[in-house]
Amino acid sequence: MNFSEVFKQSNHLCKISPDGKYLATCVQYRLVVRDVSTLQILNLYTCLDQISHMEWSSDSQFILCAMYKRALVQVWSLEQPDWHCKIDEGSIGLVASRWSPDGRHILNTTEFHLRITVWSLCTKAVSYIKNPKACHKGIDFSRDGCYMALAERRDCKDYVCVFVCDDWHLLRHFETETQDLAGLEWSPNGCVLAVWDSCLEYKVLLYSLDGRLLSTYSAYEWSLGVKCVAWSPSSQFLAIGSYDEKVRILNHITWKKIAQFEHPATVTSTKVVVYKEVEKRSAAGSEEHTLHNITMGSSLLSRRSKYEIHPAPVQMPVVRPDPDRANPKIGVSTLAFSSDSRYLATKNGQASRSPHVDHHVFDEQLSAALESAFRMLGGCAFLTADNMASVIWVWDMQKMSLEAVLEQTSAVRCFQWDPKRSRLAMCTGNTKVYLWTPTGCVSVEVPSDGGFQVQLLTWHCHGDPLILLGKEQLCLCYTNTGTEDK
Amino acid sequence: MLLTDTVSSDVKDVGNNSIKCHTPPLMGYLDQPPLTLHRTSYMHMNFCNEHNVPECVLSLGLPPVWTQSGSSSDVNVVSLLNCVYELLQLHRRGLQTVENMEMEQLKSSNSVDSLQLTITRLKEQLELAKRENTGLLERERQLQLKVKSLQNSLKSEKEEIHKLQNIVSSRASQYNHEMKRKERELNKLKERLNQLLVDKKEKRLAIDVSNKLGRADGKRSLWKTEKTVAKHEGEMYKTLLRDYESRQKELLLENAELRKVLKQMKKEMVAILSSRKPNVNGDKQDNGVDSDEEEEGIDSCKESVELFSVHAREKLTNGVRRQLKKLKTHVERLDSRVHLGGTIFCEDTENVPQDTSKEMGKLRLEARQCKDYIQKQQHLLQQKLSAQCEEETSAMLADCHMFQEKDCLRDEWKTLEGQRKSFERERRNFTEAAIRLSEERKTFEEERATWLKHQFLNSSPFADSKKPQSHCAFQTRDEGQYCFLISAVAEKEPSRASLPERAVTSPTPGCAPSVSSSTSDLLHTLSIICENRYMFLPVLW
Repeated sequence: MNFSEVFKQSNHLCKISPDGKYLATCVQYRLVVRDVSTLQILNLYTCLDQISHMEWSSDSQFILCAMYKRALVQVWSLEQPDWHCKIDEGSIGLVASRWSPDGRHILNTTEFHLRITVWSLCTKAVSYIKNPKACHKGIDFSRDGCYMALAERRDCKDYVCVFVCDDWHLLRHFETETQDLAGLEWSPNGCVLAVWDSCLEYKVLLYSLDGRLLSTYSAYEWSLGVKCVAWSPSSQFLAIGSYDEKVRILNHITWKKIAQFEHPATVTSTKVVVYKEVEKRSAAGSEEHTLHNITMGSSLLSRRSKYEIHPAPVQMPVVRPDPDRANPKIGVSTLAFSSDSRYLATKNGQASRSPHVDHHVFDEQLSAALESAFRMLGGCAFLTADNMASVIWVWDMQKMSLEAVLEQTSAVRCFQWDPKRSRLAMCTGNTKVYLWTPTGCVSVEVPSDGGFQVQLLTWHCHGDPLILLGKEQLCLCYTNTGTEDK
Repeated sequence: MLLTDTVSSDVKDVGNNSIKCHTPPLMGYLDQPPLTLHRTSYMHMNFCNEHNVPECVLSLGLPPVWTQSGSSSDVNVVSLLNCVYELLQLHRRGLQTVENMEMEQLKSSNSVDSLQLTITRLKEQLELAKRENTGLLERERQLQLKVKSLQNSLKSEKEEIHKLQNIVSSRASQYNHEMKRKERELNKLKERLNQLLVDKKEKRLAIDVSNKLGRADGKRSLWKTEKTVAKHEGEMYKTLLRDYESRQKELLLENAELRKVLKQMKKEMVAILSSRKPNVNGDKQDNGVDSDEEEEGIDSCKESVELFSVHAREKLTNGVRRQLKKLKTHVERLDSRVHLGGTIFCEDTENVPQDTSKEMGKLRLEARQCKDYIQKQQHLLQQKLSAQCEEETSAMLADCHMFQEKDCLRDEWKTLEGQRKSFERERRNFTEAAIRLSEERKTFEEERATWLKHQFLNSSPFADSKKPQSHCAFQTRDEGQYCFLISAVAEKEPSRASLPERAVTSPTPGCAPSVSSSTSDLLHTLSIICENRYMFLPVLW
């Protein structure tokens, strides 16, 4: 396992182009584009202000840089460095900016979700979409880039608009049976739209592309409901994580529940492999190689850690959340299918913010940023840490059973599947990167002088390298050494 | 001797009584003699003096010891001694009884003590029980109070819940309403803001592109027409169709896979069944039929794999169902056979490994023991039951005997009644006969009187000597007869007969010559005897 040198970045803005050739990073108000293979700077663009959001176009030709504070969007071309485009939203403000899938339109969401402005780079035409709903995930493009689903709130009712991205023709417009729509997501094949209600009510609705209601699913009533939803890449399964600390899997034929994954405080099954990270301070810098532990690097101040396999039953560390507070830190907060739909990784519990880092605003932006990046990459997973936030559960979707449990020493901030293989990368905000494969589990120390604290990680779309983001740094981690890499 | 006998019997009676029972009247009786004696010692002069000795003796319940002969009185020494002896005996017995009584008293006092002890103990227990009872009652009362309070609290809780539910629902509706209002306001504000921004004609709101880009696909954008709309619809449906087609393909593939698996399973099943065939002799025919049908099923399956029609599917499902049924029955049969085989196998222990056979032996022994127990128990039970039956039957038999006896008695009673009646009849006959006899005698006496009159009237001594002699002879004979009768009667009734005899005979011992007086006497006696005879007749009978 090799590591690149450390580069600067700010706001965790660091993205690889969809074709996998370029790496764009933002440092304050500058945008730096590098070649991924050589890490040489190809281009350097200077924006008008500190960049708060950056995004590649689908054809890897253009980069969008948004400066939310000044309601500005600047677009740069990779092929024609002279070409530039500047969009000013004026006093109406800007809270989100994104590419349309064709890479020729930019969708800007104004402050207060007054409207979404669609700017065309081809015709300079502008069009507005009124009444977009301000919710967790109110807009989603189908994987093939043909359709956009948008949540709309009008007359105190939820609607879904399906647009054809080609010419922004409103294909379908229908009312949904939700109290307060919280999110929507296309299935990877783009034929089914999953819509879920806010956490006050457990309700998942499945609509066909043509607006027909295919099915409604509700596991229980009265209690807090859906927390997160994820499609399997094969579109076969829809995983729903909820506040009752369970994941329910719906199938794509009957849209009924076929499995239910619980996250018990004690793992009793003997078939489950429980990896427990054990830290130990070692004065010596000698490398240790065990069956499930390869500690890398030569940092002197490192605390070495390795995984130990614990026999069942194993007690998980559980933090009881404060029930009086809104948005309790309980329930399944993150779901991620591996690229081959074979495994599902879940995390029960959400990050309680550690006192020394105030990430409240940061997290939101971060998640938005990562979201778009991961959408591009095809895999997905985010943040953060807690009532069982230090534990990652890996489920086998063929056996519909728990495969492995990874217990970290601190709360998991981010985990992501390799887009090409069944390989899960995790980080917990310390100097290590953790990798899980069906054959075993490793923890790797990131070598750096100042102590590189890994807060986020992203896989390259081809599976290698892995990009690690620290607070103001980034570094690439090459998991395949020359001998095994083809 | 007769007197002592009676006294001793009296004493015996007393003794018996004293032993038999301790009733107060007897106590009084026993107390009496010492009391009276005591009194006599004090009032010696009053109780007894020279004049009233016999009365005293009699009053003491003793036989008379005096024989009064004229004015002087002699003490009959023998009877006195007897009396003394009796008294001594009485005294001794009295002492004994006193002793007994004392013993009895001791016993009874002991028992009284123990009873008192038990009474105190029982009283204590009673006290304890009472206390417990009161405690329990108190507890019950408390519990009831608690229950009542809990019920009350439950009720109040329920009410509270109801109230809270109402509050929640009303609040929810209120909040919904408020939210809608707020949202409307927000929308209005948004509209207003939008309007203001539009009215402002902001310069800044602009796109500044150095040169326009071509479309990503290189085509020129089209005008929005109905055609494009239709195209979009078409494309959408195409996408959907594609999805459904791919899904159908997947399902078909899956079906094919499943069919393959089914086919293989069937093949294996047939193989298993056919391999079993030669081994078993009993079910040869059945198996043949089975396997034939299996083959048929397979054939139909083969067809169905190729045909995807509804008919083929039905055929397939039916075939599968039939075969499954057959397999099930077959497996059941096998099961039963295995069971049978198992029992046979148990008997033949040679094949069984050593330890298992040992264990089997042990188990069998246990089983036998258990069986024995059961049999014994059954036997005992039966015995008990039969004993009960016998008792019942004996009771029944006794009842029967009783009835029989009753019947017998009734019969006897009847015969006795008959006899009594016949006796009654005879008695009546006899009385009639006696009456007739008395009448005859009367007539005879009248005749005799007339004859005597005649005799007196014709008192010439020489008129006819023969005639009176014969009469006399008859008379004497008659008298003798009567005398005999009298003696017979006297023998039976000596006390009655003796007194008049004595009274009559003693003053006139030798006056036979006076015939008239003697005959009148005789008549008199006769009349008396007759009267007596009549009187005694019922007694005799």
